[in-house]
Amino acid sequence: MLAKFDRGFAQWIAVIIVTLIFVVAQKEWGWLSKYPEGWIIPLDDALNAILDWLVGNLGWFFLGISWLLDWPIKGVRWALNSLPWAVSVFLVTLIAQAASGWRLAVFALLSTLYMVVIGYWEESMNSLSLLAISVPLAILVGFSFGVLGFFSRRAERAIMPMLDILQTVPAFAYLLLILTLFGFGTVVGLIASVLYSFPPMVRNTIVGLRGVSDEIIESGIMSGATPAQLFWQVRVPSSLRQLLLGVNQATMASLSMVIIASIIGGTADIGWEVLSTIRKAQFGESLLAGLVIALMAMIIDRVTSGFAARSGEYDPTEKSFARRHRYWIAAIIGTVLFFALAEFVNVLEEWPREMEFSPAGALNDGLTYLIVNFRTEIETIKTLSLFFVMLPTKIGLQMAVSPFTWGFAMTPAHAAAYAFGMIAIAAFCTAKWNWRIGIFILLFAIFFYIGLTNMPWPAVVLVYSVAGWRIGGYRLGIGTALGFGFMAATGIWHEAMLSIYLCGIAVIISFAIGASIGIWAAHNDTVSAIMRPINDTLQTMPLFVILIPFVMIYKIGEFTALLAIIAYAFVPAVRYSEHGLRNLPENVIEAARMMGSTKWQMLWQVKVPLALPVMMLGLNQTIMYGIAMLVIAALVGTKGLEQVVYVGLSDGNFGHGFVAGIGMAIIAIIADRMTQAWSGKRQVELGLA
Amino acid sequence: MKRNSSDTKKVKLSCRNVWKVYGAHPDQFLKDSKDRFQDPAKLAEAIRESGQIVANANVSFDVHVGETFVIMGLSGSGKSTIVRCLSRLVEPTAGEILLDGDDLLKKSEKELIEIRRHKMGMVFQNFGLLPHLNVIDNIAFPLKLQGRDESERYSQAERVIKLVGLQGRESNFPKELSGGQQQRVGIARSLAVEPDVWFLDEPFSALDPLIRKQMQNEFLRIQSVLHKSIVFITHDFHEALRIADRMAIMRDGEVVQIGRPVDLILNPADGYVRDFTSDVPWEGVLRAADIAEQPQGPVDGLERIPGDTLIENMLRQLADHEEGVVVEGEDGSVLGIATARGVVAALASGSSDAPEAAKRYS
Repeated sequence: MLAKFDRGFAQWIAVIIVTLIFVVAQKEWGWLSKYPEGWIIPLDDALNAILDWLVGNLGWFFLGISWLLDWPIKGVRWALNSLPWAVSVFLVTLIAQAASGWRLAVFALLSTLYMVVIGYWEESMNSLSLLAISVPLAILVGFSFGVLGFFSRRAERAIMPMLDILQTVPAFAYLLLILTLFGFGTVVGLIASVLYSFPPMVRNTIVGLRGVSDEIIESGIMSGATPAQLFWQVRVPSSLRQLLLGVNQATMASLSMVIIASIIGGTADIGWEVLSTIRKAQFGESLLAGLVIALMAMIIDRVTSGFAARSGEYDPTEKSFARRHRYWIAAIIGTVLFFALAEFVNVLEEWPREMEFSPAGALNDGLTYLIVNFRTEIETIKTLSLFFVMLPTKIGLQMAVSPFTWGFAMTPAHAAAYAFGMIAIAAFCTAKWNWRIGIFILLFAIFFYIGLTNMPWPAVVLVYSVAGWRIGGYRLGIGTALGFGFMAATGIWHEAMLSIYLCGIAVIISFAIGASIGIWAAHNDTVSAIMRPINDTLQTMPLFVILIPFVMIYKIGEFTALLAIIAYAFVPAVRYSEHGLRNLPENVIEAARMMGSTKWQMLWQVKVPLALPVMMLGLNQTIMYGIAMLVIAALVGTKGLEQVVYVGLSDGNFGHGFVAGIGMAIIAIIADRMTQAWSGKRQVELGLA
Repeated sequence: MKRNSSDTKKVKLSCRNVWKVYGAHPDQFLKDSKDRFQDPAKLAEAIRESGQIVANANVSFDVHVGETFVIMGLSGSGKSTIVRCLSRLVEPTAGEILLDGDDLLKKSEKELIEIRRHKMGMVFQNFGLLPHLNVIDNIAFPLKLQGRDESERYSQAERVIKLVGLQGRESNFPKELSGGQQQRVGIARSLAVEPDVWFLDEPFSALDPLIRKQMQNEFLRIQSVLHKSIVFITHDFHEALRIADRMAIMRDGEVVQIGRPVDLILNPADGYVRDFTSDVPWEGVLRAADIAEQPQGPVDGLERIPGDTLIENMLRQLADHEEGVVVEGEDGSVLGIATARGVVAALASGSSDAPEAAKRYS
């Protein structure tokens, strides 16, 4: 019995005691409960000063780049807009056909026709033109950095943290920087989207080039390849599939950033359409425009991943020139044909306004009907989760429990009962499983009673740092302490806790839902087949769009944000759980079956423990997705760091917004490292890695 | 047939005291304190004690023109490293590699590329085919790198395709082929530039046993046509016996013994070598000349067989001719007489007492 406890247990008990002391002492010493104003480092002012200096001294340089980049954007925009829509629709359909066959072609045809008929053609083309410039740029930049990182470990060590930061600092935080440096206009969206979308290309380039087997390289060398030949004729073609995967990811990231960047306005693109209609509470319109984005995303994703998947396929049969180049020939003939047709049939050139068909009005009416008739149900769900989940987490049971919310006031007797109950549960879990679960329950009980925002900040730093240290070694522990210290020292502590609170609840719920569905899908092919397209769709959906249905029903507020985050973040939990459970070592399963384990024993005692490391990577992704959505959720009025970032953008206070942005990046990176470290450690322990 | 080619004794490729050390300071010992150690084994030990890895320790051997030289060893014995040192895929830490008397280690990168383009061919265990090229383009790849034009590339490739029997597969892609066929592509590619020296790094180890045997026969057939100077790596002793003219056995980066297969069987250098040879089916290794005895009487009228006939292939004749058969040398001279009794004696004898005649045939 005693053997179950080790030094870690004693350390955690010490942490809990210190935490409790802090909690009690914060009534006496104010600096424990609130980081003193006087200690705050004015980092935001420093950042603003740097920005001012940059604008003053190097402004001409950035404006020059901006001027240069503006030309290709204008050119593509002009081309796409002056092309008769019939030609564009034909070309998109043809590309879809070439990438993955007639199903995608039909889908692309219907989707583009929808864009035309609904009246968003021009806006769509404006977004697409930005994408047409940003994707090649991102690929070029990403591939170059990837090659650099591939050849030089030192360069890789410098590049990787840069990628982490670019992918975790919320876009809103650096949009203002770009705006200030490069001036107002579409160029901002372009640069932001390149910055956000080239990292996946770097990663895939490095992984792809590293993945080429030694023997292929050696066979290239022995064939007498010069270094240049070896690179372009052996390494690159051998890693083509991974490179194209990078292209796919870069394209999707680019699209999502092009949409997000339209928040600065003046772009007349489809992202702006969604945003402005949401702001005007025209939900029908925003839903229709959001659908355009979703369709665009799906087509682009399927086309690029289709080409990636086909890169490994070769058709051995000999073909004539016409057959080999059939798509090019079809493209030329079709373009000429539709061009000519559009000259005579005006409808093909430009879809007339009076023929646009928009069910927005009907959608709005339907929505009103829904809200009016189900008001009680809608409100009840919101109230219940507010009173019993969100408020206690935020301000603690001690403040959340009141006659108005819970129906009774918190008395010392209640508190004592809560304390004893939680200690009993923790003791039970310790006896039944191990002390880690017991400690976790105790810590949870304390946090839930005091409330995340009311916890003394040194206690929070302590708990997270010790967790980091125990999971990932002293480096992670120190990193965590520094990260949380940064948030205290720059005066964003309160907002950071609000972000963690909202995102934390969302992640727990998302993971619970997602993992359950994943477990179900791993055992049921029908469920799996149903979930796959849903997951695909949600994952390719730009974040704005996911907000729309929830804003429609619950208007603005934290609860809306919570639902939107869950809707987006549960997907990786499903994916990884199913993947983890479906790819277990067959011999272990067979052995367990031969021991006569029941279905439930098999699941809980064999499969889940073995799949847990992979499921943990799902949790990791759930957190990352949750944070990504949280940033966007600032639009519906949350109160955490994301809001500071957003306000920084709209108020033009770069320093303030950027510090908060770094704070969010810190939260993301710490969460990422902790879950990764745990998963990695566990996989090694299980001998799976 | 193949016995004879090695008799010319002209050295094609020579490996002189080659060391390969992996570690923080690989050449520290070899530069500074080489003289302190007379015995390379002691030097290797000292390097190992410093925490570095010795992949090859003082490896020396010659590969003669037209012979198949097999390097045999278990995994981790350094055999793959040494073949990579020979082609400078791996840079040796010390030593000399002489190709036609020229030290490869003194060549510049540029000269080396030229040598690889014209003088060397290599076959890899897992084939090392380029996944994006079809069979003919894979085979013609070395020629493409040399900038030869398409018609020349394809006619040359077509020639080696015939040699390895892959006609009709030209436009298939590697993943559409079986393992055996993929390795035929690998072999064809390595022969496309008509190299002098042919490296084969465990070429058949990734294939299943039946295909492996078939490919060995194929290899022997190709070699009987081309007479390349070959370095062949394997961990399979039986494979080594089948194809080697001479072979080296490696352990812990060092060469334990070099010699003809029959020498190794009959006179293993130590227990390590004996472990390999002990379960060898002798009738598949010993040849008529190895068991020939001095004729007791006149040999006229007896059936004659060539000296390099494997015992397993002459059992029928021995059964039919109780008095024995005459074993003749390449030039038709009489080497001795082989009898069923002699065969039984040879098979029954341990490696300790080798048939006398074996010593005469060399």
